[in-house]
Amino acid sequence: MPLRAKVASSVSRTAAALSRAAGRGDGSVIGGWIGLKIDPDLLAHLSAGRAIALVSGTNGKTTTTRLTTAAVGVLGRVATNSFGANMPTGHTSALAKAGSTPYAVLEVDEHYLAQVLEATEPHVVALLNLSRDQLDRAKEVAMMAQLWRAALVRHPDVRVVANADDPMVVWAATPPADPAQGHVPPHVTWFSAGQRWHDDSWVCPECGSTIQRSGEQWWCTGCPLRRPQPQWTVEDDGVLDPTGAWHKVQLQLPGKVNLGNAATALAVAAEFGVRPVDAVSRLGVVTSVAGRYAQVDRDGRNIRLLLAKNPASWLEAFDMADVAPTLLSINARDPDGLDTSWLFDVDFSPLAGRQVLITGDRAYDLAVRLDVNGVPFQHVRTFDDAVRAVPPGRLEVIANYTAFQDIRAELDRVN
Amino acid sequence: MSTESLRIVWIYPDLLSTYGDRGNALILARRAQLRGMPVEVLEVRSDQRLPATADIYLIGGGEDGPQALGAQRLIADGGLHRAVAQGSVVFGVCAGYQLLGTSFFAKGTRCTGLELLDISSDRGPTRAVGELAGEVDPRLGIPYLTGFENHGGRTHLGPGVSPLARVTAGVGNDGTTEGAWRGKLLGTYSHGPALARNPALADLLLRWATGVHQLPPLDDTWADRLRSERRTAVADAARA
Repeated sequence: MPLRAKVASSVSRTAAALSRAAGRGDGSVIGGWIGLKIDPDLLAHLSAGRAIALVSGTNGKTTTTRLTTAAVGVLGRVATNSFGANMPTGHTSALAKAGSTPYAVLEVDEHYLAQVLEATEPHVVALLNLSRDQLDRAKEVAMMAQLWRAALVRHPDVRVVANADDPMVVWAATPPADPAQGHVPPHVTWFSAGQRWHDDSWVCPECGSTIQRSGEQWWCTGCPLRRPQPQWTVEDDGVLDPTGAWHKVQLQLPGKVNLGNAATALAVAAEFGVRPVDAVSRLGVVTSVAGRYAQVDRDGRNIRLLLAKNPASWLEAFDMADVAPTLLSINARDPDGLDTSWLFDVDFSPLAGRQVLITGDRAYDLAVRLDVNGVPFQHVRTFDDAVRAVPPGRLEVIANYTAFQDIRAELDRVN
Repeated sequence: MSTESLRIVWIYPDLLSTYGDRGNALILARRAQLRGMPVEVLEVRSDQRLPATADIYLIGGGEDGPQALGAQRLIADGGLHRAVAQGSVVFGVCAGYQLLGTSFFAKGTRCTGLELLDISSDRGPTRAVGELAGEVDPRLGIPYLTGFENHGGRTHLGPGVSPLARVTAGVGNDGTTEGAWRGKLLGTYSHGPALARNPALADLLLRWATGVHQLPPLDDTWADRLRSERRTAVADAARA
């Protein structure tokens, strides 16, 4: 590593430690920010000599990164950005802090995938899904898919592990080969993780025709784009690998969506030569991920935290949550997106029959939404009021990003 | 009403449903049902014929490509024009508002609109993203408009339409006026589930569709709280 990079890396670690000591955060961004100021190529320098996997998509990337890190851990030490700091500053911090490791698994914000591909030259990139998320500032889905596709064209050597169930991902992962330009199609391994949310892929990104669905199959009615045959699939409570062997997966994380994330993690690890039979038991050690799925006991209530940031992830959260009293909390601060319109893309009727409480900066938006859904609810001002309002036992908490962080702070920043 | 139930058509949800547009259909249906009206909501995809006999047609927002495609298909289909000629109500939001006009810009080219409203749209210097508020045309008899806008267009109104509102926060058509209406056709830049924050506007559409001059009041406690919270937020932002 050049001297400048060494200095930058060391300063970056110190800044992160100071940030944590000062109680200003977990230090996962500030260290990288300072390091990149000293050496703009620091991320590339820190990546050199490591076999790297990138994990990107709208939903599930933090959890899948954690599961993949556990799976690749079969081979040796793995650096990772485990706090959801998923932009280049976070990657820089994570790699600087980890010191020299043979492997790294990095969660990447979908907008930064091209830039991080460039800087880290990964061995494999996992593409999970693309759906609407914070449209007041984020790219629309088709544009995002186009950016991914263009980035993959520039990196024909990277191995791709991609979701066969999401037409936008499939299109992004299969750019046309152009022999004149020396472009070869990327090597893609397909997994099927299921997809409850379909409302961003009714129109073919290739030709604009309607996409038809039947069961798990989908196909474009106007061009050859269709669901590829996945090599990794979820079956019952386990994962089928490309050889046809079935591996029982015992997770401590709830929901079908996390079984899909487990299949993805095993598929990514396999690209490094990890056999699923060796990795599958390690997935069970992951209990919570930066507070997601964390359980805290307070005043006789067992509180479980579920993060849901956009329509697709709310659908998954309802599937994961037990039939129990449920607190919903919505904010619309900068990290959440300022627009609450998406609430009407979510069908809240699965909550009917449960005791529903609402809170957060934008509780009234939620109130109007639940009213339209005919779901009765009670508005509470604080998290403590919510805890007091429910009987002893499980309290499910479903919140969007900053609302989730507020509640996590109430619970002493539980991980 | 054309039949024994109120028929609401949501036009092309496969193309024009960017962010919560479904809300407008849900809210109209809910508010009609609470008054004891039977309601039928039809979601008509862009590869299907548009029925010309519904009472209310809803068109939502969308990206440039789907907007241009949606306009082409609606022109080719002709169903919406027949419905308007028979007196149906049309409510267009954002891209769905623009395409009701004579022309709009998408993907850098001027596209022909449905020519149902005397408006034309082009690109503005900046994208308008944020809270939108305005005082509604007093002839419509409804309180202030509140919403969220997210668009790059600017819309010019011809003599054949009236502005829906005078802008007090945000951009709307051009920073001065917001939306447009004529007869039973109404469009707004208040995107997505615009009716969630404007129940009186939802009731106006229901009154137009049913011919009933006064609808029984509903409990709008939560919508009223939301409206005043948003109004305060906009005022606070203006002071800051």
